[in-house]
Amino acid sequence: MFYREAGQYKTTYAADMALFPILQDRIGIALILLVAFLVVPLTMSSFTLSAVMIPMLVFSLAAIGLNLLTGYTGLISLGTAGFMGVGAYACYKLTTWFPGANIILLILLSGFAAAAVGAVFGLPSLRIKGFYLAVATLAAQFFLSWCFVRLPWLVNYNVSNAIEVPTRTILDIPITGPNAAPVTRYLVVLSIVVVMTFIASNILRGRFGRSWMAVRDMDIAAELIGIRLYRTKLLAFAISSYYCGVAGALMVFLWLGAAEADSFNINQSFIILFMVIIGGLGSLIGSFFGAALIWVLPIILRAAPAALGISIHAATVEHLQFMIVGALIIFFLIVEPHGLARLWQIGKQKLRVWPFPY
Amino acid sequence: MDILYKIFLDPFVQMGQAPDLLVQTLWEGLVSGVLYALIALGFVLIFKASGVFNFAQGIMMVFAALTLVGLHEKGVPAFVALALTVLVMLVLAVGIERLVLRPLVNQPDIILFMATFGLTYFLIGLGEIIFGGEPKVMITNELYLPKGSYEWKALGGFVSFQKIDIAAAVIASVMVAVLAVFFQKTRIGRALRAVADSHKAALSVGISLEQIWVIVWFTAGIVALATGIMWGARSDVSFALQILALKALPVLILGGFTSIPGAIVGGVIIGVGEKIGEFYWGPLLGSGIESWLAYMIALVFLLFRPQGLFGERIIERI
Amino acid sequence: MRAPSDKDVAAGDVLLAIENVSLSFGGIKAIRDVSFDIRKGEIRAIIGPNGAGKTSMLNVINGFYTPQQGRIRFKGKTRSKMRPYDAARGGIARTFQNVALFRGMTALDNIMAGRTLKMHRGLFWQMIRFGPALREEVEHRRVVEEIIDFLHIEHIRKVPVGRLPYGLQKRVELGRALAMEPDLLLLDEPMAGMNLEEKEDMSRFVLDVNQHFGTTIALIEHDMGVVMDLSDRVIVLDYGRKIADGTPDEVKKDQGVIDAYLGVAH
Repeated sequence: MFYREAGQYKTTYAADMALFPILQDRIGIALILLVAFLVVPLTMSSFTLSAVMIPMLVFSLAAIGLNLLTGYTGLISLGTAGFMGVGAYACYKLTTWFPGANIILLILLSGFAAAAVGAVFGLPSLRIKGFYLAVATLAAQFFLSWCFVRLPWLVNYNVSNAIEVPTRTILDIPITGPNAAPVTRYLVVLSIVVVMTFIASNILRGRFGRSWMAVRDMDIAAELIGIRLYRTKLLAFAISSYYCGVAGALMVFLWLGAAEADSFNINQSFIILFMVIIGGLGSLIGSFFGAALIWVLPIILRAAPAALGISIHAATVEHLQFMIVGALIIFFLIVEPHGLARLWQIGKQKLRVWPFPY
Repeated sequence: MDILYKIFLDPFVQMGQAPDLLVQTLWEGLVSGVLYALIALGFVLIFKASGVFNFAQGIMMVFAALTLVGLHEKGVPAFVALALTVLVMLVLAVGIERLVLRPLVNQPDIILFMATFGLTYFLIGLGEIIFGGEPKVMITNELYLPKGSYEWKALGGFVSFQKIDIAAAVIASVMVAVLAVFFQKTRIGRALRAVADSHKAALSVGISLEQIWVIVWFTAGIVALATGIMWGARSDVSFALQILALKALPVLILGGFTSIPGAIVGGVIIGVGEKIGEFYWGPLLGSGIESWLAYMIALVFLLFRPQGLFGERIIERI
Repeated sequence: MRAPSDKDVAAGDVLLAIENVSLSFGGIKAIRDVSFDIRKGEIRAIIGPNGAGKTSMLNVINGFYTPQQGRIRFKGKTRSKMRPYDAARGGIARTFQNVALFRGMTALDNIMAGRTLKMHRGLFWQMIRFGPALREEVEHRRVVEEIIDFLHIEHIRKVPVGRLPYGLQKRVELGRALAMEPDLLLLDEPMAGMNLEEKEDMSRFVLDVNQHFGTTIALIEHDMGVVMDLSDRVIVLDYGRKIADGTPDEVKKDQGVIDAYLGVAH
């Protein structure tokens, strides 16, 4: 009843192809943005912002990056964290070389470094498909992890082999570094994520998005209607890695404030893959759902025993997390292989016809 | 010029200068290759028989080893513990079939692959709760596995062969032979291959998928146990071993995902290539290149032969 | 749908010529020394018993398989090896026996995908979308909607194709091929699995495409009634060899064809 589209006519193709063609959706997104930009910073504690909201946004962006490659183009990638790392280290080098430059600009530029690396590791994709390509991305992941540990140049020969994020300001407000307020960091991350999600959505609705999905669904047929497989796949690798790179830079500069060589290891890649699987392959909104679930769940699990009055060892809680995440993945794959995004769609469908059952 | 010398000539010079070291390195490579092959064997079994790439093979190995050692710690005699662990692997196989495979029958392979991701995480958590996170020592004595080593004085120095390594190589070869015969010659082996090709078709000729899967995962579990014992004998049993299982992927790429003898060949190539590469070229690049060298080797192979050394050439029909 | 240029082949001239093509897979000889041509504007049927090499022939024309011997002359240019992208760019489109649609996408998106070769706006504009990229999308959407109209599939345009019944899937696939505005349209058993009514619809579409848009059509078909009604000329393959080549009437009377087929319409 609330979600009925009856009476909403589209008189132009452009209107039909718009991002939110239905009025209720437009209202919904406006509300969400309002809450995100105004309500959240004003009401949530610094801790929640720093430990929950910012990481969720950063991982959503990384999940979008992986989703572009794996969910939309069908190229399995296990190197997500590696590409994030490239972005983070590139940003660090850039900010060392250009200390006066606008940090947001540098973050956006560092994505290109990740895109270049991603494209290089995507080169084998012409000849190699499926699982085999996953191995190529594994090679990328392990190689990049090794580089992060072994190349002291990356951390400016810092003895502790870690990045310490310097303070950078915009209009005299600290954005990065120890003095940056959580609210500022949150708003910057939110803005970047919103803009980049919008851009991703634009690309996906156009000819590149269709080409990617065609390659995913049946690459032979895609070739025969004139899609250039190699270019399409490389573009997917490049753009996906760009998103992961920016996410990595955001992670180090606007969330953690520091990074160790081990921050971008294979486990991180798996975690982001899980976010994409649970959230829904081939769905932008699913990336947000997946990131939220996988990030917030452990926090809830950690807090739950205390809240319920049961005392469980901290280590046990972590082990339980593993078990629950693992079980959740299996559960989702059985119940809804298309993830939370499909559940969301089904929910909207039910809203359309509510109070009728169908 | 200097760089070219360092990359293309010097390592070979070094090899010639100390041939005993070369043989030692080759042997080490062979041994680790055999161990990789054992892990790969578990993957091949499950893939060959159900089309599923079982990402959880590594954790199954750790789980099996931990169960064995854990039971022994509680006072169970070694061989009884071994028997009990075999039973545990059977229970695990039945559980996996019931809870993971059956609900997902007929789903595309990628979904099953991701389900094994979930299984891995689940087993890691479960294992850590049951057994704790500290490394444990494998009960090699109690299992009558040989200790010590043979020293061969030759080539201007000496080469040492650990007896446990020789035992591992022998055990692995026996396993490969037995499994290869099993798949080719027996009725059950045929049924397993049918299931790998098509669930629906296998069902329609009356093959019981549930039985087959339990058999396969149980067998893979046994292989995982053997592998866990062997690996645990060389370094302690801990959850860190689980990630090493990823090394099986390059092995599978070289040997093919469905070839049992290929697993050994691939394993040896990767093992030897890795050790030689790390020992002679490693110092040029800095240490630790074994973390990615195997994957790079596999990647290079893939570029020339996208289906691996032994894999079947994929002919796409439209 | 577009103005003819002087690179175009005049109606009646040879558009595609297959010269002494042989194709084998390992030991299996799928096509043995086959030569024929297709004239612009005609409907050419390729018929023959199962396994005769008909689909392989289309795959060769498309560039999907490379023949071991022989050449393909298309629009005056001779090639021994055609790549799928070049075939598409050159104006060859096709449908498949087993419906090769992109199952994750809607019918509309599938047909829009057929416009890929004609869309040019680069990544920068795609990122912004408002402006040139959107205008291009709308322009091509207009063309696609004409095709949807022509094929009477308006009601299912937003449905993911995986959910459509087989007959409608085939229509969508035809739409995708038409979206490429091809000079040569290859149809691989377009009537397979259809009932009488659906076959009549599809036949009408094929004829309309040929007469209305002037598209040259090569089709593989088993239904003799359809073949006789629709086609201008027929070529018959059997075990990879050409055994007859002529008008439907000539072919119908050919003893070799009758022997190969038992000549029963079904």
